[in-house]
Amino acid sequence: MSEILVLKNITKAFPKVIANQDVNFSLQKGQVHALLGENGAGKTTLMNCVCGLYQQTSGEIFINNQAVRIDNCSQAVAHGIGMVHQHFMLVPELSVAENVILGLKREKDFFIKIEDVEREVAELSEKYHFGLNPKAFIKDLPVGMQQRVEILKVIYRQASIIILDEATAVLTPQESEELFHIVENLVKQEKSVILITHKLSEVMRLADQVTVLRDGKVVGTVSKEKTNERELAKMMVGRDVLFDFKRGKELEKSLKMNVENLTVIDTRGIEKIHQLSFSLYSGEILGVAGVDGNGQLELSEALTGMTTYHGGSITLADKTYKHMSTKESYRNGVSHIPQDRQHTGLIMERSLEKNMILADYWKKEFSSYGFLNQKSITKHAATLMQSFDIKASSPLARIRELSGGNQQKVILAREISRGPDILIAVQPTRGLDIGATEFVRQQLIDERDKGTAVLLISTELDEIMQVADRIAVLYKGEFMGILDRDCLDVHEIGLMMAGVRKKEMEGGYDEA
Amino acid sequence: MLNTFLGLVFSTAFLASSISYATPFVLAAMGGIVSERSGVLNLGLEGMMLTGALFAFMGSYYTGNPAVGVLTAIVASMLLGFIHAYSCIELGSNQVVTAVAINIFALGITSALFNALFGISAGRVTAPGFASIRIPLLEKIPVLGTALFGQNVFVYLAYILVPLTYVLFFKTKIGLNIRASGEFPKAANTMGVPVEKVRFYSVIYSSAIAGIAGASLSIAGINMFIENISAGRGFIAFACIILGKFNPIGATMAALLFGMTEGIQLRIQAAGIPVPYQLPLMFPYILTIVMLLLVGSKFSPQSWGVPFFSDDDQ
Repeated sequence: MSEILVLKNITKAFPKVIANQDVNFSLQKGQVHALLGENGAGKTTLMNCVCGLYQQTSGEIFINNQAVRIDNCSQAVAHGIGMVHQHFMLVPELSVAENVILGLKREKDFFIKIEDVEREVAELSEKYHFGLNPKAFIKDLPVGMQQRVEILKVIYRQASIIILDEATAVLTPQESEELFHIVENLVKQEKSVILITHKLSEVMRLADQVTVLRDGKVVGTVSKEKTNERELAKMMVGRDVLFDFKRGKELEKSLKMNVENLTVIDTRGIEKIHQLSFSLYSGEILGVAGVDGNGQLELSEALTGMTTYHGGSITLADKTYKHMSTKESYRNGVSHIPQDRQHTGLIMERSLEKNMILADYWKKEFSSYGFLNQKSITKHAATLMQSFDIKASSPLARIRELSGGNQQKVILAREISRGPDILIAVQPTRGLDIGATEFVRQQLIDERDKGTAVLLISTELDEIMQVADRIAVLYKGEFMGILDRDCLDVHEIGLMMAGVRKKEMEGGYDEA
Repeated sequence: MLNTFLGLVFSTAFLASSISYATPFVLAAMGGIVSERSGVLNLGLEGMMLTGALFAFMGSYYTGNPAVGVLTAIVASMLLGFIHAYSCIELGSNQVVTAVAINIFALGITSALFNALFGISAGRVTAPGFASIRIPLLEKIPVLGTALFGQNVFVYLAYILVPLTYVLFFKTKIGLNIRASGEFPKAANTMGVPVEKVRFYSVIYSSAIAGIAGASLSIAGINMFIENISAGRGFIAFACIILGKFNPIGATMAALLFGMTEGIQLRIQAAGIPVPYQLPLMFPYILTIVMLLLVGSKFSPQSWGVPFFSDDDQ
């Protein structure tokens, strides 16, 4: 067995942070090597150095025992390295074949012989069992298929080293399983695969070797045979991870929000939410699972008044709204943890204390006769900083200076301290490290225990399964079904995420 | 009255004039569409056309050769294109603001230059222009023959440019790179397409063609320069691109429609139909607004007008 790729003492420094420090890594030919680490551990940055998007500050890269310089993406391709990015690098308006040959240097011809390319793509698709139609447009393909186009693109360029970055993040459990088969197939065809991931189950399922990164440094490299999930988790986080949440008893439930036939159409005229109806009760967490882009954002924006809806009604505090403004939503006891915290949740250039009163500046304790009551605003912020353990230099610190986890805590503190009846949280742990993730999830459960109605919209299935009392699965703007916590079945949820209705399954759905 | 009007509209002469009126729109749109599809909004077409019109006139006036006029027009408008490209692509400035600056600058500089060189009261200074070329045989086709093939060189250039642009976009590697740069530059860049370079050349190319479109205003027929001779035609060409859903064929159809509108309005004026002359003059502009309201810009490239830098580290 030979080493096809070796990284020696790679350091990558950005103006403000050191993303990778003295990283050593070696990939054996024909193996799957997992690069495991939390969000922000430096996995993607490291691989971006290998595929030419970044250049390392110091250190060396060897391919087949030859030292190489990789200054740009085309050089990486020339060395047989291909990366499938987490966010697909596909042009939606172009066809599969066009995307495959985009940017290819090999083709000297001025004119593109698209028929030839389509034939080659079809052949490769056949060989690796991708089932792709070369003429299809990317925008018409489901996410799982798009990912195969990405992989095919890399194979078409004759890559021998294939890097998959968080490949299952956007897939349903079934699609993930299909992807695993594809990876196994790649290895059979003598390709070597680097798997960037933070999911332990994926590592145990696919990898031969595992290298764990934490804070940009290698914690260790182990072979899968000699390790287990618990050990890997400990290496990854630096302590035992339990995800053991304290959960109060169920309270008596009362209806807090009723949504009837909600329909949302986006600016491009596409229906994102279709005739959606559900009820939200006090003292429960209703989790909305689903693959990203199935209407999650639109649903949360409609419920919080951030976008207009085009049909249906929302009943809040005994009033039924055909249209609802953010003000009506907020002042009727709805709190919102938005998906994009830096864009919609916070004013980055303003101080922590001002961000804390964004929704409630008008209340008597913070202002009178149109003037802000500075003293009580500062005191309010200081209290919240303490109770939510927000690390910032002072209440006057600019939000931009805070870490992602602390920014999210600012939002949590603001939204929860209002004492909401309803809390709508969208992707509340996206991009946070494990410690912050645990904290946020526990806070959601605590709110539930206090009697708040919590709607948790998340694409992390694990998150939903850990905290939710009921789970709804969103697919193309509709709920495929709502399941109770007590009768959960990942397989069933996976099918629903792919668009199979619960009713259809009960009606004798036969699994293929 | 209706009969007179219909008689005017359905005639070979009308068809011929519509095509010739449409030509500046077609040319400017065929250039502009390359820039738009590469992702750079080029509203500066107007100023580039106007500059092209003056420099074509000057080139032709001083050398006595209208072909030299076309070359000077291209050079002058390319200079503006370079400014637009540099500021939008290298500096990442707001593409609308840059274009507005270019348009205002062009309006000012062409008027000032023209007045300085030819005097305010010069009256009608003319320069040598291109005459119509009749294409043997083709010209003999009944009705359409003289309308299509008794035109000046710019019209023929437009005939060639439309299919060429189509082939460029959909059959060549360059076209694929241009489309990808306008839709999803990050992906294109990752795949090794030099997005900035593609966009830069696209803008320069569009400005060169806009210069030729400008020349077609001044030295093909009237052979004069008049202050603000382009009179918003660059903007209309821009609208044609949007109406044509960023497809060369569609944009040409839109341009023909505008050419016809302009033909109709001139005929109404010439026929002495008793309406205030300002009314028909408004036709093309009203049509632009109405059509844009109807069509909108839903079909625009996804990264249209969004600056892109390939070395944007975190």
